Amino acid sequence: MKTLRTKQTPQPPCFVCHHKAVVMGGSAGGFKAFSAILSPLPPGFSLPILVVQHLRPDDDGLFAWHLANTTRLPVIEPCDKQQIERGHVYVAPANYHMLVEQSGTIALSVEEKVNWSRPSIDVLFESAALAWGERVIAILLSGANGDGAAGMLTIKESGGLTIAQDPTTAEYPVMPQAAIDRGAVDEILSLEEIGQRLVELGGCKAEE
Amino acid sequence: MKSPENEHTEIDLLLETIYRRYGYDFRSYARASIERRIKLFLASTGCASVSEIIPRVVDDDEFASRLIRYFSIAVTEMFRDPLVYRAVREEVVPLLRTWPHCKIWHAGCATGEEVYSLAIVLREEGIYDRATIYATDFNNEALDRARAGIYEMDKLQEATRNYQQAGGKRSFSEYYHARYKSAAMDSSLKERVVFSGHNLASDSVFGEMHLIFCRNVLIYFNRDLQNRALGLFTESLVHGGFLCLGTKEDLRFTDFRDQYEVVDDKARIYKKKDMP
Repeated sequence: MKTLRTKQTPQPPCFVCHHKAVVMGGSAGGFKAFSAILSPLPPGFSLPILVVQHLRPDDDGLFAWHLANTTRLPVIEPCDKQQIERGHVYVAPANYHMLVEQSGTIALSVEEKVNWSRPSIDVLFESAALAWGERVIAILLSGANGDGAAGMLTIKESGGLTIAQDPTTAEYPVMPQAAIDRGAVDEILSLEEIGQRLVELGGCKAEE
Repeated sequence: MKSPENEHTEIDLLLETIYRRYGYDFRSYARASIERRIKLFLASTGCASVSEIIPRVVDDDEFASRLIRYFSIAVTEMFRDPLVYRAVREEVVPLLRTWPHCKIWHAGCATGEEVYSLAIVLREEGIYDRATIYATDFNNEALDRARAGIYEMDKLQEATRNYQQAGGKRSFSEYYHARYKSAAMDSSLKERVVFSGHNLASDSVFGEMHLIFCRNVLIYFNRDLQNRALGLFTESLVHGGFLCLGTKEDLRFTDFRDQYEVVDDKARIYKKKDMP
């Protein structure tokens, strides 16, 4: 990793330099939650954002299209082996699991459904933990099932940062609550706070 | 907790062991997915780590073949992505008609659902009798199921809707014989099909083809192996022959982008260019 020449004053660890990506999962009530978090993010946000939302098999890119209308970041429904770029939002296509490779590319898969879902949040989160270990930030949002809890735990155990939407603010509290109950969550925040947290953390000006 | 680096090393060793001992080469498979498969296998055996299973893979053939089965992703369905079959019908078949005989290679056919789907399209378009479909996979167990052509009734009911969306012209029930909870595909749909073992990681080209179907197979390969497979396809296609990939497999991300033109972007149907 590139080291930066800094001034003498001690600085907290640089979020951008330390982290590789933000991974997010949502289900029922997910659309509103995703858009609430993504809309305040400035163009040129310093990390890539990977999104799994439980979709109908015939979604055909609609979710990504609608999400693109709520954010200034480019939203992409990626193809297999597409290069992951900072400041872009990657939405797992319906009927495919989305994984990440250590080399920084997207990997898609049509393996069996996990938690009755394809794409599954656990699959993305676990692959991110394996590829990037502690350098992952995971966010789990509104939903009515238990997908994502195991993935959050894996990321936490690998040293990554895990944030759950405060269940009392979620349209469907089951999903974030399941992760909290498993002890997989570092921070419990409202949507507004998650958005602010990302702006604050991702605002590092350490360009190339 | 093991560091990711150590885990990656153990996985390298395991894949190397499988290759040396059994000849199956998974070293060039896409890592994210193969690592996931290995973890699932680990969970099913009760072994705690990858290094624990390596000696068992060496000594125990049955154990190893169970693991290798985990690497074969035989998830498929009839007329999967109906728009693709519609595009084949409307944009590919008219050109296939211009050849006196057409040879089709369905690479990575798994349990065969899409082979029968293609056979149905060709039959409805009146070119089935002059076609030969070579349906291949490295997984012999999946191939046996493909050959048998017997599927759960529930699945075929789902398939009916896909068939209609794909532009099917008849009643889908004409193509299978239902019995209790399963259904056998009509044997005439197998007449022009040759099922055979073939491994894209190690085997070579076996004939000149007019259409190659290889959907959701390349996603499990890394770039090198992907290039190997696409090399085989490019070598076997006639000029103007067609290549059909999975709907999220984009030729633009490969070394072969310049050798094909796009016929249908959404259905991922490409045509091999005439090279001077």
